[in-house]
Amino acid sequence: MRYLPHTSEEIDAMLKVVGRKRLDELFCSVPDDCRYDGTMDLPEPMTEWALTDHASELAEAMKINHRHKVLIGAGSYHHYIPATIPALISRSEFLTAYTPYQPEIAQGTLQSLFEYQTLTARLLGMDVANASIYDGASALAEALLMGLRISKKKKKVAISKAVHPHYRQVASTYLHPSEYELVELPYGEDGRTDLSGLSEIDDLAAVAIQSPNFFGVVEDLEGLGEKIHAAGALFITTFTEPLAYGLYKNPGQCGADIVCGEGQSFGLPRSFGGAALGMFACKDQFTRNMPGRLVGETIDMDGKRGFVLTLSTREQHIRREKATSNICSNQGVCTVIASMYMASLGGSGLRRLAKQNFDKMEYLKSAMQAKGARAVFNSPGFNEAVIEFKNDFKPVFDTLVERGIVAGLELGKYYPELAGKYLFCVTETISKDVIDAVVAEVK
Amino acid sequence: MARNPGTTGLIMEEPLLWEKGKKGRLGMSIPESDVPEVAADAALTGAGPDFPDLSEVDVVRHYTRLSQWNFGVDTGMYPLGSCTMKYNPKINETFAATPALAAAHPMLADEYVQGNLQIMYELQNYLGAITGLPGVTLQPAAGAHGELTGMLIFAAYHASRDSKRNKILIPDTAHGTNPASAALCGYKPVPLKSGFNGILTVKSVVDAMDEETAGIMITNPNTLGLFETNIREIAEAVHAKGGLVYGDGANMNAVMGVINAAKCGIDVMHLNLHKTFSTPHGGGGPGAGPVCVTKELEQFLPVPRAVKVGDRYKLEYNCPQSVGKVHSFHGNFSVLMRAYSYIRTMGAENLKKASHLAVLNAAYIKEQLKGTLKLAYNRPCMHECVFSDEWQQEYKITTLDIAKRLIDYGYHPPTIYFPLVVHGAIMIEPTETECKDDIDQFIEAVKTVVEEGKTDPDNLRKAPVNAKLRRLDETQAARRPCLCG
Amino acid sequence: MKELSELIFVDGLRYTEDHEWVTTNGDTLRVGITDYAQDQMGDVVFVEAPEVGTELNKGDEFGTIESVKAVSELFLPVSGKIVAVNEDLDDAPELVNEDPYKNWLVEIKPSDPSELEGLLTVEAYKELLKG
Repeated sequence: MRYLPHTSEEIDAMLKVVGRKRLDELFCSVPDDCRYDGTMDLPEPMTEWALTDHASELAEAMKINHRHKVLIGAGSYHHYIPATIPALISRSEFLTAYTPYQPEIAQGTLQSLFEYQTLTARLLGMDVANASIYDGASALAEALLMGLRISKKKKKVAISKAVHPHYRQVASTYLHPSEYELVELPYGEDGRTDLSGLSEIDDLAAVAIQSPNFFGVVEDLEGLGEKIHAAGALFITTFTEPLAYGLYKNPGQCGADIVCGEGQSFGLPRSFGGAALGMFACKDQFTRNMPGRLVGETIDMDGKRGFVLTLSTREQHIRREKATSNICSNQGVCTVIASMYMASLGGSGLRRLAKQNFDKMEYLKSAMQAKGARAVFNSPGFNEAVIEFKNDFKPVFDTLVERGIVAGLELGKYYPELAGKYLFCVTETISKDVIDAVVAEVK
Repeated sequence: MARNPGTTGLIMEEPLLWEKGKKGRLGMSIPESDVPEVAADAALTGAGPDFPDLSEVDVVRHYTRLSQWNFGVDTGMYPLGSCTMKYNPKINETFAATPALAAAHPMLADEYVQGNLQIMYELQNYLGAITGLPGVTLQPAAGAHGELTGMLIFAAYHASRDSKRNKILIPDTAHGTNPASAALCGYKPVPLKSGFNGILTVKSVVDAMDEETAGIMITNPNTLGLFETNIREIAEAVHAKGGLVYGDGANMNAVMGVINAAKCGIDVMHLNLHKTFSTPHGGGGPGAGPVCVTKELEQFLPVPRAVKVGDRYKLEYNCPQSVGKVHSFHGNFSVLMRAYSYIRTMGAENLKKASHLAVLNAAYIKEQLKGTLKLAYNRPCMHECVFSDEWQQEYKITTLDIAKRLIDYGYHPPTIYFPLVVHGAIMIEPTETECKDDIDQFIEAVKTVVEEGKTDPDNLRKAPVNAKLRRLDETQAARRPCLCG
Repeated sequence: MKELSELIFVDGLRYTEDHEWVTTNGDTLRVGITDYAQDQMGDVVFVEAPEVGTELNKGDEFGTIESVKAVSELFLPVSGKIVAVNEDLDDAPELVNEDPYKNWLVEIKPSDPSELEGLLTVEAYKELLKG
């Protein structure tokens, strides 16, 4: 086996040093009744070449593959990934390092994390960003727990029903065994969160709003933030599509206290939903309540600038059960990818790409309207929208799949009241021709 | 004797991203728009972020230079105890990058993504076979996330039996994440002291276990690298009071094909795919922490899980007792693919052999260094061995000094100051992928450093001198945090 | 770390088993940590103080003190209300290392001033450290 370097002579020599005759004698401290009977039921080992063939077979079993045009976002977006990113990130110095516990030989990881924190904070308009949480959903759950910690005695948090349904489910799972209560806030006919019932909820620590929300609608964050703060709660915003902040005001400008969301859009493949990237940022005064790792700037013995993990006393390995989170491993390399992507686009490129995404969706909406379909929510959007058709769209969807196009996500499974309506996403990867081909089939 | 790899290479300086670049540069190709421009709502739009504009060459040089400041498994031996820094096979990367698999959107209907569902289904089965615990969820994104999932399962199990429990037993040789994970589920950790020989006694568990205690979280082999020999009796004591046993499987690399977790009495166990199953750790992540449970507890696992009906795969959501969901989608799928590739490459015999050799390497180091550094516990070790800096005290040399000097000799230091039960702990985990020659060389390096500590202790206190930077001022970083440039 | 003989003690203060000192300051009490405590902690990087006005019982946790790699909980030596916190420590936590007896942490208005009598004298505290 090519990963196991020991020759039998070496094994014998080493066994002799440790005073054993056979390898299994090394396990003399394992009682008989704990031992594995027989051999583990696993397939026979494959050569590299057989495994490559197997990958091809699995790829062929994918009825929808990378050649398809998939007009679905809903928390996982297809954007072009420049060739530089896979090339740079395959550098094993990034990939095969552990958490940077020894900063002198981990400055590559540490500086890139510091850069990621900075670019993320700038993107979101916040003071401090951490070095990542697992994904958008767990980042939201952590943000709600953080809101409860800051508010000390309050026991409730509220979350808009226009937040990604999976995120709400994860938040609910995290909070379920605790003493805290999770309340859902409705959305209105415009697809935006309706806060009219907010004043009836007492004991509220924090309210979470997604923008652009699950329906692709851009929320009036400033207006919502004012109402939430007036209710004495912290204002948490979340997102699934950070590219939107290339065009729209960032959450910090709108008064958010904690901002969290999914960074997959920034250079990560969809990869069936993971590895993802939980982005997490907050205002300065809440830093010590933050979950996750933080990298800070310092100097070495010679006065040279360098970076280290810092404020670790918030974390599990020091504060144990009183830690701000149990998170240890995070999404390390995904943050480096996101930084590479943000750096490659730059401020100017991000603006241009965001505007193009917006324009594409505006084009799709008007083209749909010309065919008698319509956007359900008449509100500002970004690169997603919920479309309603005059006739059952399923047959059209099936026809389009055969032609290599996946025309949106049917919403009945997530919102029964929106059954038969489809959530569409168009990014820079979807050409006008593809949009026209979809619209042409609409009946 | 070959020379130690430590040396100074050509290390380039490189500023922070925003200290370079020029407004108007672009590092990525953006297609020309083929649709009309439409004005966005002016009241909602902003100026866009203040990012530097860089060219493609700016970006490539930046990250290439940064990468050269890092030490990885591909650079050299990385004997970081408790972290299982084994070699990360390249075929796993190629496999995970298979375009049709890596491009899949996570919300497509099952019929469209049979290849990915097959990987999930088979990986669930493989991990079930390896642990002996047949119910498997792949959702948790890291070890601690798996622990949280396990604690959610504990809570759901006890709630289903109308049993209110608010405590959990955690030995002092458990992983640091355990208490924080348990606390998220409202369990107050009750610390248990390990016995004089570094393992947990049955009596300490019997004495602490009661009907308000949800169960125990036990790391086996423990963080001293010792097998918890009393695990079965401990499990029986916990079960007798209606509790459950959580096995922290972070150290599974010692015992694949050797132990059966179910036979040990473990009910729930997470595995770290980024340790035992060779997926790269990426300077912090992403990892994956699948959770394996007994048949009885399968009903509580998060949804969805992959199942096979006839010759088709599907995602099963219909599990009314499920704890819910712990990830946006299906976990760190790209990490799962790498572990799948590893298991398919290795097969049962090689995985078992990997554990055998991992333990042999650790035992060999322990034997060769026990005259140089003081062993914390002189018992048969598993995949790692733990020393202390007790013999160095008379020279006023600390574990930190030894660790930093090893950098100059070309090694990543072992884990230091953990586990907490050992003063100045030095925890060495070589893994099975280091060959005897390299291990001998490492042993020589440790001996040299320790000797140097007696003759020229300042060489240790000033170390490292060959790295990009000298020792960093962590106090300053924490007192006046600068977290954003 | 300092030997016992190198540690600084201040006569006339009261001490606790948690290595805190207490002194009277008019009708309030000032609380800080001892030289032994700061020496054990190493470089102090952060002091988390309670809000002024908080009422606590003897033995309650009133804050934490942090080094780079450790957190120590601070326990109130007598019952009472927090009337002031030392704000100098916000920007310069190292003052605790520089002079632990000058740089107090909190000021308490005791609800039962006689509790002070129950605390350790300097001699008793030295005995405690001798073990």
